[in-house]
Amino acid sequence: MASDATPALIVGSGNIGTDLMYKLLRSRTLRLAAMVGIDPESPGLARARAQGIATSHQGVDDVLGSMHHNTIVFEATTARAHVANAALYADAGLTAVDLTPAGVGPSVVPTVNLDQHIDRTNVNLITCGGQAAIPIVAAVRQTAEVPYAEIVSTVASVSAGPGTRENIDEFTRTTSRALELVGGAGIGKAIMILNPAVPPILMRNTVFCGLGGGVDREAVTESISKMVSEVQRFVPGYRLKAPPVFDDGPFATPAGPLPGRVTVLLEVEGSGDYLPPYAGNLDIMTSAAVRVGEALARSRIRTGAAPR
Amino acid sequence: MTTFRLTDSTLRDGSHALSHQFTVEEVRAVVRGLAAAGVKVIEVSHGDGLGGSSFSFGFSRCDEASLLKAAVAEASSAKIAVLLLPGIGVKDDLVRAADIGVGVARVATHCTEADISAQHIGLARELGLEAIGFLMMSHMVSPDELLEQAKRMESYGADCVYVVDSAGSMTIDDARARVAALKAGLDTQVGIHAHNNLGLAVGISMGSFDEGVDQIDGCMIGLGAGAGNCPTEVLVAALARRGITAGIDPFSLIELADGVVRPLRPVQGVIDGDALVLGYAGVYGSFHLHAKRASERFGVKTRDILLEAGRRGVIGGQEDMIIDIAVELANRTQGDW
Repeated sequence: MASDATPALIVGSGNIGTDLMYKLLRSRTLRLAAMVGIDPESPGLARARAQGIATSHQGVDDVLGSMHHNTIVFEATTARAHVANAALYADAGLTAVDLTPAGVGPSVVPTVNLDQHIDRTNVNLITCGGQAAIPIVAAVRQTAEVPYAEIVSTVASVSAGPGTRENIDEFTRTTSRALELVGGAGIGKAIMILNPAVPPILMRNTVFCGLGGGVDREAVTESISKMVSEVQRFVPGYRLKAPPVFDDGPFATPAGPLPGRVTVLLEVEGSGDYLPPYAGNLDIMTSAAVRVGEALARSRIRTGAAPR
Repeated sequence: MTTFRLTDSTLRDGSHALSHQFTVEEVRAVVRGLAAAGVKVIEVSHGDGLGGSSFSFGFSRCDEASLLKAAVAEASSAKIAVLLLPGIGVKDDLVRAADIGVGVARVATHCTEADISAQHIGLARELGLEAIGFLMMSHMVSPDELLEQAKRMESYGADCVYVVDSAGSMTIDDARARVAALKAGLDTQVGIHAHNNLGLAVGISMGSFDEGVDQIDGCMIGLGAGAGNCPTEVLVAALARRGITAGIDPFSLIELADGVVRPLRPVQGVIDGDALVLGYAGVYGSFHLHAKRASERFGVKTRDILLEAGRRGVIGGQEDMIIDIAVELANRTQGDW
């Protein structure tokens, strides 16, 4: 671990926070300084202590005062908690990477728009479905107009915690909007399915992009393939199940009748750091979080500038 | 228990059979006929519920709001119901439907995932709608497990919880056992929604009646995916033979069936090999036409797609997996890509 590494703080000691801890322990850019929870019996905090990481079960107020002002905070709690915490982080001068659907800061997908938000002090990672699908929509968008895009994201029931279950509407709405704002689709639609099969299924995403006429299919396929390689650099289990499938319409989409469609079948296998490999939905979030946190930290070191 | 409440779903579940192409005029004619015959609840939505219009499930021909407005205008004393699957439709869809004047919200989840319905059942109650829980693919769990899930829906405020045989895979005994478990364990009403892939839909509905079921679903001429749903006019006639009429006139329904609905899809109700496979393998009925299309597109057998979907434990809403499976089967025969 390099001594000049940027300190990192994980807030939230549940499944996501714990998986994130194991990933941050491998980072050369970030140095995990502490992990905060609200339950003294939290298994996540016990695991952090076992790794020699400072912990607190008294919430963020307990540790913020002692954090270096360069610290990158990873919010792995709930949208409601992050809305409350965001102001505290800002007051303490810390930069937040938000893994909840709170959406306080701009939506970021590492391979698509991280550069645009590198100097922000609060960025949001949308949803697992967004992290999986938006790179594909953006890749298609690089070669063709995408008036309408749709994602069907299916995850194993056991990998969807109570927060996701109680707020499934948040998932669909947040993801739909980000398909438009970040992916570049004219209209976005997201569908989420929880599958209870035993053994649990790997995270599956089907991305449909409605296409106009005269699209260069080879260019679309190549752009998608390049994008998949880029995502694989930090999510090794992100892969196409088959080459993109092109179909001729017309399709009566909400963006009007469209003559073509490309369908992309994706599978995301997790790296099994803490959560089992089927939970690719959680792995893609924690992997993206590390990627974004490292980039924000490097940018601050490089420019020496205070983030805005 | 000497009566039951019939909900006709021709204009919701039936729309699978027409690939969601109902027009405003067709909706008007069917609602008018059903209301005149004495049907008290008429469901109108995309086959996969509010917001179901999509690449994955098929785009609706007409805007959902325009169909609902037409239905409400023709309903006279009947209530219009909508279906919503959390994860597909959102709360705003329900708010808009309530504004249009629907009276019943049916909130559907897979039979093990009832806890994703809490928000939507709660919202339905807030909006003053009757709230009904709809446990799809109920054949996949035991009666006791189904009761646990039904209790959750009851705790969120559901006025009724349905046993839904989405795959048309239950025997009459399977259905009776589940209805009996829910009747014994719930304070709320219990409903049955049957499909006909094994030719048992009317039998299941009548058997459920004997277990005290409160609400029964049907679709005119059995319009619906796979071999279709429990045919409303047949169910009403069969129960009338036992002296149970629920205030519905069998002859009005027979005229509506022949005069209005059958012309829309003359061949409905045939249990062809693929429909039978759905029931036999316990596969979600709505996959039927999607699998037929994928069969043509990718040159693999419909039956092989359906059987593989059954093996993988694919559930309702996963229509995208039909493409996945078809592509994989096609590649298997043509070598790796």
